[in-house]
Formats: sequence, structure tokens, C-alpha cells
Amino acid sequence: MGISTLLFLALTGSAGWAFSRKVRLIRAKINLGQPVDRQDRSGERWATMARVALGQSKMGAKPLPALLHLLVYVGFVLINIEVLEMLVDGIAGTHRFFQPYLGSVYTAALHFFEVLAFLVLAACVVFLTRRFVSRVPRLQHPDLAGFPQKDATTILVVEVVLMGALLLMNAAEAALPGGTTYVISGFLVPLLSGLSESSLHAVVTGAWWFHWVGILAFLNYLPYSKHFHIVLAFPNTYYSKLTPKGQLDSMPSVTHEVKAMLDPSYAPPAGDAPARFGAKDVVDLHWVNLLNAYTCTECGRCTEACPANQTGKKLSPRRIMMATRDRLENYQPEDGLSLLDHGISREELWACTTCNACTEACPIGIDPLDIIVQMRQYIVMEESGAPHGLNAMMTNLENNGAPWPFAQADKGRWAQELN
Amino acid sequence: MGDTLTIRTVAEFAAAGELPEVVFWTGCAGSFDDRAKKITKAFARLLHKSGVSFAILGSEEGCTGDPAKRAGNEFLFQMQALQNIEVLNAYGIQSLVTACPHCFNTLKNEYPALGGHYSVKHHTQFLQELLQSGRLRVEGGKFEGKKIVYHDPCYLGRANGEYEAPRAVLAALEGEMLEMKRSRKNGLCCGAGGAQMFKEPEPGRQDINVARTEEALALQPDIIATGCPFCNTMLTDGTKHFQQEGNVEVLDIAELIARADDLV
Repeated sequence: MGISTLLFLALTGSAGWAFSRKVRLIRAKINLGQPVDRQDRSGERWATMARVALGQSKMGAKPLPALLHLLVYVGFVLINIEVLEMLVDGIAGTHRFFQPYLGSVYTAALHFFEVLAFLVLAACVVFLTRRFVSRVPRLQHPDLAGFPQKDATTILVVEVVLMGALLLMNAAEAALPGGTTYVISGFLVPLLSGLSESSLHAVVTGAWWFHWVGILAFLNYLPYSKHFHIVLAFPNTYYSKLTPKGQLDSMPSVTHEVKAMLDPSYAPPAGDAPARFGAKDVVDLHWVNLLNAYTCTECGRCTEACPANQTGKKLSPRRIMMATRDRLENYQPEDGLSLLDHGISREELWACTTCNACTEACPIGIDPLDIIVQMRQYIVMEESGAPHGLNAMMTNLENNGAPWPFAQADKGRWAQELN
Repeated sequence: MGDTLTIRTVAEFAAAGELPEVVFWTGCAGSFDDRAKKITKAFARLLHKSGVSFAILGSEEGCTGDPAKRAGNEFLFQMQALQNIEVLNAYGIQSLVTACPHCFNTLKNEYPALGGHYSVKHHTQFLQELLQSGRLRVEGGKFEGKKIVYHDPCYLGRANGEYEAPRAVLAALEGEMLEMKRSRKNGLCCGAGGAQMFKEPEPGRQDINVARTEEALALQPDIIATGCPFCNTMLTDGTKHFQQEGNVEVLDIAELIARADDLV
């Protein structure tokens, strides 16, 4: 075993270990959430995942980004076949392991991969242009100040550089005596014309290692980034809400208490009272809310569609998800902080009209509304902290069964006014 | 104007040993709000004209609890819901129709978990069925050349996927139907949902109802049609904001159909 094989195995092994460690940590974070049953209707869940994650059905609402995203997605999946060969080469100490076995099929595949690499590269350049030149509002938004904007830029630049390295490697090989010229990298060959044979070999080796180490580094960057959606979009769509958008979950713990109030002989089952009603902190949310937070790719379609945000209110559904993830990443029990007030303000929560524009807009089935409602439940049921107008409405509801001060006895009175 | 119309309660049906074909759940807005009562009356006249045997709960109908639930008060919601379910189940009621998408959503989606299982229809769905079966006929013509733009209520549209029934009913008017850019699943909220109706809006640049009305008015309609008493209030206020209340009417679909038939 040569030194380069050892180096390859050491790098790849440690990168794989570090990645799996971080993934296990995220899994543990998500499992801090409360239980919720999303194991039902598995046929529909698989179909939703196939349609929304694999088939990207909801991306189509914006045709240009949908096309560009599709190119990057398909490119990523298919070029990974080539990455598989790099893995085999790295372990076996070979170069282009499959070439002798596949012959002309191999050459055709490489032409195809080059076209894909070029399209990925071009799509990323357009994405960067949309972000920084044409400045699409949802991509140049206060939500993204600081790390999130750097994160998005890093991802796009890394993808451009990785695709560039792949093409450069092929170009250097083509410039060597007897080398095959491929459809895209052929354009780069003239740039290398002055180089000696040994320099070209160095470029091939250098680009190969650069690409491989780049992949390993990117792999380990993923779980810290919004780019982790490439993994989590699949479970996230699988576990997404299947009931009508207007249906909010019932709270069985409340049902027992209300039944006991209405009928003193009712005996609630022992031992299932929750620690608190609603959500003050991330651990009060259910685990699908937390999975949602790690899946969010910060595209801002939710915020763009939000009527409160459009009219200048502080609420941004995207920020609800980002604040939830940030709090969960830094969560320590009894640290004196909470998602409410430290991550998400009451003003944001009370601006929501529960219109579901955000859940409709999300391309991967994230539900910011569910978090908003659970946090309202905490404010109202644990703190009695509703805004004044809502307290008046609720007092009316309690006293006379209507949100306004009219007697329920008069509810049929309109019928007498008919004739 | 329509015939003299006497509305019976479910209790009166029960006393006579009968059950109505459907219970008209009027809702709080439909019972108490002066503007919404007109929608309630128009729909009652349409039910009567179609020969539908219907009843109301009257004083036995409490708020569904929707605004309490959306405000975060699950206790109050369930108090309301369990009491309503007790009444509905005691009478053996199976079918409900309502002109309020918030009542519709709550009764249809949130009552089953608490023991209330009913067939629940929004009044535009019910009207569509009456038109399809021929029980209700609408004379077109009266609205010829009238430009009508329909605003999708969130709790009928996105919340429950019903975009077509209201449009199908409106088509019977033979007016000129317009669509806002943000319609169907991309419809913009009127600003009332999630219990916002009962509180002051949070600080911002603009009120949501103003933004939505602005979009509708840009199409220069004669009528803004909707299927929700709260959307109706919000959009009516919006037309007043732009001093257009004299030029553009905000009407419920039931009112439009009743008007086509000279019932109101």
C-alpha cells in the first residue's frame, strides 16, 4: 500500500467519521422534541416524498429557479457516479478504474458528466447573480444577515470550484500524449498547452486530490449549513402533515381536563399531563417541528408569500424556522434562555393570520404555522398573555358563547327579522 | 322579495319527531353582525326556494371555538366544541352547512377528534350541488357585463382545497369573471384569520385588508365576491379606505345568487 493510498484512507475515513458523528448529534437534537404520530398513512407518505422531494413538484411555482435547481440536483446525483469511481481509485491506487471495462461507454459517460458539470457550474453562477447582482428580494433580506448569507455564498462558490477542478483534471489528461478530449474540458486544453508532460501529470493529480478533499470538506460542512436539505428534504417530506392545512392538532391532555370540568364524574387517565401547555422552548415543540428547522433551506418563499411580512410586519416565517434551528443548536437545559422572547418575539407570533401561505409556498413541506400556534398556546394558556383584543374576545366567548358581547339566547333572532 | 319564510329550529323539528335534511350552522358573524346577517338571510332564502328541509340550532348554537383555538386557547376551544358536539349528537344531526369558512373548517376538521362526526359543507359547495341537481335555478342576464372578481377565503381555499365550487356558482351569474394574480392557492389573506379579526394589527407599513383590496380594485371590478363574512368585512373596509364603496360592492356569493333570483 502506497503512501497516497494511506493518506486517502486516513482522510476519507476521518471525514466519514466526523460526518456521521455530527449527523448523530443532529438526530439527538431532533429527538429532544415531543412525540407526534406521523407513522400513519405510509403509502401516502412515500408518495409525498417521491413527488415533493425526489420529483421537486413544488419547485415549479417559480420556473427559472426550478430549472436551475433541477440542473444542480441532477448534476449532483449523477456526477456522484463519477465520485464513486474516485473512491475505488483512491482505495485501489488506480486511475479511472472502470475505463478498461467500459470502453466507449465510459467515454460517452464522461462526455455526459462534463455537460452536467458545466450546467451545474452555470446554474451556480446564475444563482450567485440572482443573489448579488439582480438582488432578488427574498435572497437579500434582513433574515439572512451574517452567517446565512455567507453560507449560501460558500455553497455556490464551492460547487463552482469543485466542478472547475473536475473539468481541469480532464483537460490536463486530454493534453497528455494519447489523451481523450472531452466535450467541455476540451475548451480548457489550449490553456495548458505550454506545460510539460510532468507538469500536466501534476495538474491531474493535484486536481484529483483537490476535488476529493473538497468533497470531504463539503460533506462535513453540510450539517452546519442550510445545504443539509439535500439529505433532510427526504425524511421531512415523508413526515410532513397530511391532514388538511386548516386542521390544527387537538390536544388530548386538554380534552381530559375539559371533560372533567363539564362532567365531574369523568376520570381522566392518570399520568399523561404535559409539563406545560404549548411551547416556550424548542424542547416543547414536537420532533417534526425540529426536523423542519434543520431542513429549512432559507429560500424565503414562505416569507415572500406571508401577508404579514408583505405589509411590513415583523413576522417572517423563514426566521421562525431559522430561530428554532439556532436555539436548538445552542440549547442547554436550564440555561435561562428560551425560544420565546430570546429567539422569537411575541410581536412576530401575534402578527400571523394562520392563512397557510407559508406552508403552501414551502417546496419541502415545512410548517412554520405549527410552531407559531404552539407558542401562542404557551403564551395564552400558561401566561394569560394574549393581546388585549383577544382577551376581550375570549371573555365574551366564555360568558356568552360568541366572540362579541351578544347573548347566545339571541342567536336565532335574525330569523325573526326575515319577513 | 321572497315569500314569507319561517325558519324552524332543530328543537322544533325534534319535537315533531322529524330531522331536517341539513342543519344551517349560522355562526356568530352570521347571527350577530349586521352585514353578515344579510348573507345568512340570503342563503336561508335560497335554501327555502330550493325546497331544502333545513333547520337552525338558534340559541343552542355556540361559537365553534375557532378564534379561541387560533389565538392559542385550546381550553376555551374545547369547552365550546364539546358543548356543541353534545347538542349536535343528542339530536342525531349528520349534515351541516355553513356560510362561514372558519366554522366550516373547525366543524369538518377539528370536531372529529373530539367525537363530532358530520358531513360538513360550505354554502358555496351546497349551492353548487343545488344548481347541479336542478333544485335551484338561476336566471342569468342580470349580471351581464358586470365585472366580478372572486377573493379566495384562506379557510375555504388553502385550508381545505376548495377553489372551484365558488367559481362554479358565480359562473351561473353569466357576468364577466376576473381573477387576481394572487388567487386560488396563491390567494392573499384578507387579514382577519387566526383571530386577527378581534385584535389590532401588529405594527407595519400597511394593513393586510388594504393590500388585498388594492389588488382587487386594480382590476376595476363592479363586484368583489367572497364566501366568508370576515373577508367581507375586511374587503368592505378596504373599499372604504380607497373611497370606492360607492363604485364597488363587496358581496357574498349567496347574496349574488339571491339577487339574481330577486330574493333580496
